[in-house]
Amino acid sequence: MKEDFKKRTVISPEGKPIEIDPLKDYFSDAKPKVYKPGNPVIEKFANWARANSLWVLGFGTGCGAIEMRPLMTPRFDAYRYGIQWRPTPRQASVFVVSGYLSVKTLKRVVRTYEQMQNPKFVIALGSCTINGGMYWDSYNTINRLDQYMPVDVYIAGCMPRPESLLAGFEKLKTIIKEGRGEGANTYAEKFDWYKANQKKIIKDWDMPDYNW
Amino acid sequence: MEFKNIGYALLTIFIVLNYGLILQGVVRKIGARVGRRYGIRWYQPYIDIIKNYAKRSTITHGVMFYIAPVFRLTGGIGLLLFMPVIFGSDIFGNFSFAGDLVLVLYFQFFGILGMALGAAESGHPYSAIGISRGLSQVTSFELPLTLGVLAVAMQYQTLNITEIVAAQQGGFMNWTIITNPFAAIAMLIAFLGAMGRSPFDVVLAPQEIPIGPPTEFQSGLLGVLQLNRAIFPAAKLILFMNLLFGGATNWAELILKTFLIYMWPVFVGTVFPRFRVDQSIRWFLTVPLIIGIIAIILI
Repeated sequence: MKEDFKKRTVISPEGKPIEIDPLKDYFSDAKPKVYKPGNPVIEKFANWARANSLWVLGFGTGCGAIEMRPLMTPRFDAYRYGIQWRPTPRQASVFVVSGYLSVKTLKRVVRTYEQMQNPKFVIALGSCTINGGMYWDSYNTINRLDQYMPVDVYIAGCMPRPESLLAGFEKLKTIIKEGRGEGANTYAEKFDWYKANQKKIIKDWDMPDYNW
Repeated sequence: MEFKNIGYALLTIFIVLNYGLILQGVVRKIGARVGRRYGIRWYQPYIDIIKNYAKRSTITHGVMFYIAPVFRLTGGIGLLLFMPVIFGSDIFGNFSFAGDLVLVLYFQFFGILGMALGAAESGHPYSAIGISRGLSQVTSFELPLTLGVLAVAMQYQTLNITEIVAAQQGGFMNWTIITNPFAAIAMLIAFLGAMGRSPFDVVLAPQEIPIGPPTEFQSGLLGVLQLNRAIFPAAKLILFMNLLFGGATNWAELILKTFLIYMWPVFVGTVFPRFRVDQSIRWFLTVPLIIGIIAIILI
């Protein structure tokens, strides 16, 4: 564990010594909650809105990020399908993990995913997220993404073209409209299993178990 | 005050909100067409707001974090309700009173002060940077804006927007932009900063501090901010139409005039790249400030 996260005693401005436990004081350690879908009619309308307003948080690892940029350009122009880019996980609803994940980046991916608000969807881009792809026997990359977080859509290829990424977004839209995009609830229900998998890979776990 | 005025005020807010949302979509579409893209659907802002309200979970960082978007929205609605939207109309005259010009100037500042409190409580460094930039930019463009507004007030010897609009009736040769061009130029340049589009978009600064003040806001809180993002520009457009372009006597005239005024920051924004924060603040303190001083001296 890093030095900054250890318990320590500091002197407050009034001159009294106080105990500080950074992991408890600076982060929340509350478990994620399951939010059941409400009234089916309202939920259907909400799902239509969710499907037509996909705010993407792109997690670019290596070559995958390069295939995502053309979607903003005149040639592919994903904006006309209601897909927009958002720089912060708080506001995004779709998390695009593009490509292989090393142990270090997995940590950041987990933290980012947990900061997003329910309902949230994950698109895994490229073969590396399905079975490791060309990095399947690498010493420092993970092989299957869905052991660490629920994935809604896989887009196979090494690397997939922007057209297939667009097709993946359309697939995600049908999934959301049918009410099957409940990945955030799945994560909350099987939280212990996902956490155990993550901890098996990430050896230097220096963050709280759940950091919203 | 009569109770029916509350209903009229709500009606004004409803119409201006819808106009603002459609304007937002249409302007983004124009921007996309300039970049040779097809662009978003014109009703995309509606879907985005519905989606944000339909989010199931919300996190909070404390009381001010909740109140900040409300302050921001109050700034937009306050700006709108204390000036005549339609000149000479009983329904859309709103709460215009003798000193409303001064109050309206302060409502421009009100929203970002509220955001400053909320963004500080969210604890995100980008929020703090965005807010400090926003406050310094607002302070710097307030100078030419206030000088221009004072010149207009001295020209018509009144602080009441309704009377300023009344003095400009009877053809476009009576508009302030013709009768008092220096004040109008100073105010229109300050207007570029007030709209926050490129080259003065140092607050949201997409390439540097990804989204600035609202970084930590999500779900319904972001929805409130989006409502404000529709109302506030529309209210500012109506204010400038009232002060410089003779106001409007019906909705069709209002829509035509405000749309054309909005094209001024939009065209400047599509042509010019972004200023750095120090450049933008210094720039407001040079040319626009001198024009504002000339306007005050000449009046």
